[in-house]
Amino acid sequence: MTPNTTPSIVRIVKPARLAAGLLLASALLAGLAADDLKTLKGTVRIDGSSTVFPIMEAVAEEFSKTAPGVKVPVGVSGTGGGFKRFCVGETEVSSASRPISPSEVELAATNKVEFIELPIAYDALSIVVNPKNDWMKQVTIAQLKTIFSEGGAKTWKDIDPSWPDRPMRVFSPGTDSGTFDYFKEAVIGKEGSVRRDVSVSEDDNVLVIGVSGDKDAIGFFGLAYFTENKDKLRAVPVVGKSGASVAPEASTVADGSYPLARPLFLYVSAKAAATPETAALIDFTLAKASEVVEEVGYVLLPGQFVERASANWKARKTGTAFVKDGAKVEGTFSTLYK
Amino acid sequence: MTAFAARAAADLSHRGRPRSVKIQRGVEWVIHASLCGLTLLSVLTTAAIIVVVVRESLGFFTMDGSTVSLWSFFTGTVWSPLLGAQPEYGVLPLVGGTVLVTSIAGLFALPVGLLTAVFLSEYASARTRSVLKAVLEILAGVPTVVYGFFALTFITPYLLQPLSDDFGTYNAMGAGLAVGIMILPIVCSLSEDALRAVPQSLRDGAYALGSTKFDVTARVVVPAGLSGIVAAFLLALTRAIGETMIVALAAGGLAQLTANPSEQVQTMTAYMVQIFLGDAPANGIEYRSSYAVAMTLFAITFVMTWTGALVLKRYREEYE
Repeated sequence: MTPNTTPSIVRIVKPARLAAGLLLASALLAGLAADDLKTLKGTVRIDGSSTVFPIMEAVAEEFSKTAPGVKVPVGVSGTGGGFKRFCVGETEVSSASRPISPSEVELAATNKVEFIELPIAYDALSIVVNPKNDWMKQVTIAQLKTIFSEGGAKTWKDIDPSWPDRPMRVFSPGTDSGTFDYFKEAVIGKEGSVRRDVSVSEDDNVLVIGVSGDKDAIGFFGLAYFTENKDKLRAVPVVGKSGASVAPEASTVADGSYPLARPLFLYVSAKAAATPETAALIDFTLAKASEVVEEVGYVLLPGQFVERASANWKARKTGTAFVKDGAKVEGTFSTLYK
Repeated sequence: MTAFAARAAADLSHRGRPRSVKIQRGVEWVIHASLCGLTLLSVLTTAAIIVVVVRESLGFFTMDGSTVSLWSFFTGTVWSPLLGAQPEYGVLPLVGGTVLVTSIAGLFALPVGLLTAVFLSEYASARTRSVLKAVLEILAGVPTVVYGFFALTFITPYLLQPLSDDFGTYNAMGAGLAVGIMILPIVCSLSEDALRAVPQSLRDGAYALGSTKFDVTARVVVPAGLSGIVAAFLLALTRAIGETMIVALAAGGLAQLTANPSEQVQTMTAYMVQIFLGDAPANGIEYRSSYAVAMTLFAITFVMTWTGALVLKRYREEYE
């Protein structure tokens, strides 16, 4: 068994809704260098976040029409699982629902993997319950901490006396996922740990099925998985800084009022960026991002970040804005990413 | 001249292939060796599996940073390699999950399978039997992933959740029943073979003594076929213990020691699936732990097969 052969599920789903919108853009792009793209060959391996997966899956499918000779397998090993492969040079592109961590930067450095950091969208991490759950109208960050921490609530009543005295079943993305890391840091904090009696899966669809069939279930994942399953799930509004409860939506993410909003990233190996197939795929992704991101249910980055990302990509600027001298840089995305 | 040629031709055709004893022996040796080699292939595969599993599980107990002792592994009641402040490796919740799912499957499939076999062998007409056997064969050909989805999208929401809203989406009962449906054809067709192997003279003798059809079936045929029935039961249960896809899909991802069938359980096989699908870094301690679990599973099925052989020997009834 060679190291880091963590298998990943490569799914092929067809979001047909995308086709119309993308056709126009691909016609524009194809006009630029249609002949070059048509004859391009090679493989660009993408692995990482299951939150980013819907975006990359849609991009990969469109790209395969423009450049049929280039194979683009998209895996869902989770952000951490993706970086473990990326930082030893096993993949060309790693998708992530959190910035790269200091230990991953170190691993990449020891393996001489340089990378370009590209934010592509905003996500609202959504707290979801079953539609039959009629008691949980809103939730505070403190309540979420009680629900998900070790030694926390066992029944709904433990959180709020007016809620039913029924056992709670908790679902969470796997420990290799960036969503898990982000949630743990944003809700539970550095000191605490997530309770043990949680059902975990690296595949967000397993969580969707789990919560949608169980009145007593609660879980969390990226906004796209909620948007896709709106009829089977209910997103619980989260109480923000102002004291008002805020639903996870594009508008509340854009105006900064939703407390669990976070950026999603692509990390591109600098070595791979020098090859025509990877360069073409990333050009394509950045050109398409604005449509794809909204289609699959995420939120567009503000214009200045889109411009910065494409400037950094054009300049092939390597490194990360979130780790400095082996330590995590404190601060929010909007102040750090330049 | 022509006569000579004709005789030579006849001679040649009469001789056919050369009959050298030496060549003949050589050919026999080659056949023997290649058959032996092919048989060795399965023996070597088994040996290789044992070597890999044992070596990797030893790695789990002895690798750097491992604080797991054999004792704490086999007696621990918390299995939580990924969550919590400290990882915990006590295999009992996984063994318990497997036992719970297998028990539910067995409680459903063994009686139903045996009674179906009795009906097919003793009561059904030849025509009914041929139709029913064809249906059972279709059931045996269904891929287990389909049973997994059947549990998730039919058994749990339409049969279990209306009974009690304690049942979550993923639960031991739904998975256990689906595993039971999966092993039903094994129980049924092997038991039926055992019953039909009982000599007709025994039935005739019992009828001659004035027995009713039920007496003949319950007091003569079933006891006479008992060793075959027990073998069928053990084979089916061993298959249920090793079943992976159904439990990975329908039983949940939470290892807990419980006897409550409405709760989620994780079986030994489902844990291995979780680890190999990327929930843990390769070569880390969590990854190695799946080999220790595999070793436990292997030991359990080995003991069961071995007991099965002993039981078969003990209860074997010889006729004719």
